[in-house]
Amino acid sequence: MPAHLFCLKAMKNRRVIVAMSGGVDSSVAAILLKRAGHEVIGISMQLWDYSEKEDLSATRGSCCSLEDIWDARRVAETIGIPFYVLNMEKVFSKEVVDYFVKSYLTGETPNPCVKCNSEIKFNILLRKAFELGAEYVATGHYARIVKDASGRYHLLSGVDRTKDQSYFLFSLTQNTMAHVLFPLGELTKTEVRKIAKEAGLKVSEKGESQEICFVEDGNYRNLLAERAGTREGRIVDTSGTLLGHHTGLFGYTIGQRRGLNIKDGKGPYYVVSMDTERNELIVGRKEELLSCGLYARELNWIKEPPAAPLTVEARIRYRHSPVDAIVTPRTDGGAVVRFLSPQGAVTPGQAVVFYRDEEVLGGGWIERAIRESDEKDAEELCNQDPRVQGKPVRFHSP
Amino acid sequence: MKRVYFDHNATTPVHPEVLDALLPYLKDAWGNPSSIHWAGRDPRKAIDGAREQVAQFLGCSPVEIVFTSSGSESDNFAIKGTALAKRSRGNHIITTQVEHPAVLNTCRYLEKEGFRVTYLGVDQSGTIDLEELEEAITDETILMTMMYANNETGVIFPVEEIGRIARQRGITFHTDAVQAAGKLPLDVTKLNCDLLSISGHKIYAPKGVGALYIRRGVRVVPLIHGGHHERNRRAGTENVAGIVGLGKACEIAMRDMDTEVAHIRSLRDRLEKGLMEKIPHVRLNGHPEKRIPNTTNLGFDFVEGESLLLNLDMLGIAASSGSACTSGSLEPSHVLVAMGIPPELSHGSVRFSLGRFNTEEDVDYLLENMPPIVERMRSMSPLWNEAEKKGMFMALEEK
Repeated sequence: MPAHLFCLKAMKNRRVIVAMSGGVDSSVAAILLKRAGHEVIGISMQLWDYSEKEDLSATRGSCCSLEDIWDARRVAETIGIPFYVLNMEKVFSKEVVDYFVKSYLTGETPNPCVKCNSEIKFNILLRKAFELGAEYVATGHYARIVKDASGRYHLLSGVDRTKDQSYFLFSLTQNTMAHVLFPLGELTKTEVRKIAKEAGLKVSEKGESQEICFVEDGNYRNLLAERAGTREGRIVDTSGTLLGHHTGLFGYTIGQRRGLNIKDGKGPYYVVSMDTERNELIVGRKEELLSCGLYARELNWIKEPPAAPLTVEARIRYRHSPVDAIVTPRTDGGAVVRFLSPQGAVTPGQAVVFYRDEEVLGGGWIERAIRESDEKDAEELCNQDPRVQGKPVRFHSP
Repeated sequence: MKRVYFDHNATTPVHPEVLDALLPYLKDAWGNPSSIHWAGRDPRKAIDGAREQVAQFLGCSPVEIVFTSSGSESDNFAIKGTALAKRSRGNHIITTQVEHPAVLNTCRYLEKEGFRVTYLGVDQSGTIDLEELEEAITDETILMTMMYANNETGVIFPVEEIGRIARQRGITFHTDAVQAAGKLPLDVTKLNCDLLSISGHKIYAPKGVGALYIRRGVRVVPLIHGGHHERNRRAGTENVAGIVGLGKACEIAMRDMDTEVAHIRSLRDRLEKGLMEKIPHVRLNGHPEKRIPNTTNLGFDFVEGESLLLNLDMLGIAASSGSACTSGSLEPSHVLVAMGIPPELSHGSVRFSLGRFNTEEDVDYLLENMPPIVERMRSMSPLWNEAEKKGMFMALEEK
């Protein structure tokens, strides 16, 4: 028996809620839990209000569309588990969509999936699970939760590194992890698809869900324009020289090169930062994108919070190859993160997640980049070898 | 697992006598009732018989009955059909805020088409004010559509009086009697209505069949054009088996009404009283007397109705938070909102609607299993603990 199934079997006959998106991953998570002998209840969360649209079939391709809820129901019927749809439009709109819009308006690039995990799936849904007499919420995330001898939970990346989703889960807490199951953590996507196919699920060939589930066709600009209106403004270089005009700051992301429409013949230019107060888009040369570190806020430590600077492997966006870095916690719950080699396109609003090998130590939200070009920051941090500053401490593996 | 069904306002099981009556029309008498040859004769005869049964049930002539596919179609037909027929006479429609979505959304659609609609409010007991109704009438008013009994609370509207007002003013009056059928006497003459909707599956006939009473002389523009079915008022080859089932169901409803109503009322009262005795802080939504005998809508403070229903479902108990058409929506019930019940309280409301096959054991099973669920859910609610500490319940009850 594969290890993950054994783990699930060790705790027998529990009532488990599976968050079902209609996709192959959460469907297989439900199958594995059912096979392990648990009382499995499938739940789909309706997160986005479709009632305003005249033709409901027009909405597709998002992880919570009506079509996906239909798929999830068919899967639940096929594998023989009860299934309910919970309407969470209001809380989703408040906790995720409002955050998303607000984040863009402050010149950041939000990560709604992390917020949806921490505020919806592992908060509201978990509470719902308790109300329904269940002890666990399971999802189809590729990540692992391991409990050590002392009773502490550890978050590890999924065995299938190409699918690993631990980055989106850094905000899990010890209390929450005691009630969360990731049945796919030990499996590869290929194995998952095989299980789905053998179980006769029609969704076994279904594609991956989109990154931002609540906007159609990936076009979040319409949503932002609707909510906030667009404001044109100036495009300037790092020394303040006017180079052109932008169509609204939220249409751009850090590191973006295309679509800037700068015709001074001295390109290419890249988006380096945004000044929301002056409504200016600041662009620069590729090397001006490089940062030697970042400030992070609202840190969450899954391991014991370190008392001294800590060497980690930091990931500054999903699918970023981790960079060696030193994290120095601040007293306000944030931290200074210094990279051992400069990184491009550090994007405020995205998460920085700290790893040691396959273990997630914790993470936080990127507040701003520390640039080599920023003289003050550079003086403070970059021109000194971070390794000689402070004494790094190491965690011992469990 | 034991299965207990308390959601008869959503739908009812098919009565065995109804099933026996309709099965031959799926098996042997499969002909098209419009055909002149032998195959059409039996189905035609069956439809004529069913029409007589429905007419008797409603106290009208068979030619005043049009068979439809559902209560929703009957409502759409009555409202859109009247609006179109009387468009030249005026563009104002009066309805209430607590109607079934089949009426409300049809009215909203007509608003987009240029009609003006007045949605009358209700008081805390869920009933309308007739003076307010009279004041709402203008020279432009062509249609009044008001339900006989509310699907969520069971509250009964004074249809006779509404009908009298409409008739005096020369306004077409439609009533959605889908929830009243089989539970209250339905005599269209007494009710003073011009149009009346019923639905098969709420009275132990199968789904997919309904009827609209159209008083002789009242013009209603058809929704579905085609052949000459239903005297040119509703095209489409008849749902023979469904129609036969509806006819039989009407016959049974008339035959058994008195005994069944007494039986169901006593079970409903036992359920309602039992829950209120066993669970603290339970409120009845809607008028305690002026309601149909099978329905009770109860508010459980500090509990989310949705979770309560799922917990009941896991024990095999079927109930509902309101209309089945709006389940899956966490919007507070429009009926309870119109009654002035605050959203946080209406969220914890559950409708139990009983039927003729319910037993005392069913009620006892609920009375045994529901109190611990509510208690467990409340113990997890931070609001509940806070309220208990602060003595907030006193304040709520004084309201």
